[in-house]
Amino acid sequence: MLLIHCPYCGEERPELEFRHAGEAHIARPENIAEISDEDFAHYFFYRDNPKGVTFERWRHMHGCGRFFNAVRDSVSDKFLTTYKAGEPKPDIADAANENQINTSKGQGAK
Amino acid sequence: MAEAQIARELPLAGRAAGGASVSITPAEPAMRVSLRAPQESIAAVSKGLGIDLPTRPKQSAVAGARSVLWLGPDEWLVIEEGDRDPMADLARATALHSAVDVSHRNTAILVTGTQVADVLNAGCPQDLSLEAFPVGACSRTVMGKIEVVLFRTAEDAFRVECWRSFSDYAFEFLRDAARGL
Repeated sequence: MLLIHCPYCGEERPELEFRHAGEAHIARPENIAEISDEDFAHYFFYRDNPKGVTFERWRHMHGCGRFFNAVRDSVSDKFLTTYKAGEPKPDIADAANENQINTSKGQGAK
Repeated sequence: MAEAQIARELPLAGRAAGGASVSITPAEPAMRVSLRAPQESIAAVSKGLGIDLPTRPKQSAVAGARSVLWLGPDEWLVIEEGDRDPMADLARATALHSAVDVSHRNTAILVTGTQVADVLNAGCPQDLSLEAFPVGACSRTVMGKIEVVLFRTAEDAFRVECWRSFSDYAFEFLRDAARGL
């Protein structure tokens, strides 16, 4: 079972407590009533679905209930890092480093 | 007019399960409140409730017959096993908060014994070792197919809060788990 780090609970918790909630960092247009149907469709329906590193929203549904963002590799299903909702996109290189720190903590090599 | 006869029946009344190393029994009736409050209200709500709301993940606070369990950054579960109504106490706090009486939504199962963590881990994937989940720790999590709130009241005792309509499932799940020890 995957362990996912919840930034609100501050620890790794089993994946069964979590739910995926779509792509992250999609900003709602300020002038939503004025944009064209096509622009609205792009905002509302169109998603990148990249192969590789993706930025996603997740929810700790059966835990603290909070939404947060995660950087996940959609090929290996490895979580590179997680961060609180509203925080800016982390640098992926940083994320990879942070993940190494997390991993070493997990092995008790603090 | 004849006075209405209201007798409250617990969904798990009369049941018991377990064996030598673990015992599973329904908890006594209790009052419960689902409490939400923003950061700014925590001091005022704590004062009304008579307990400082815990602010760290998995932390709980107990005073007399009343326990407050941290469920999320702005969410708590209040359990009152005595007869002081927590809703009345919370009504005195004027700071912004939301308190919903969920006494009849929830019921609880007490699981005790030396192998209590093994029984719960049959359906709950969380680390329930004493290092990760010490006495007083609490958490909303999953057990089998349902959501529960776990509260460790002693090294060998857990309170499993579940929804009333799921209580039969929860109880039988624990009974089966205990059989496998």
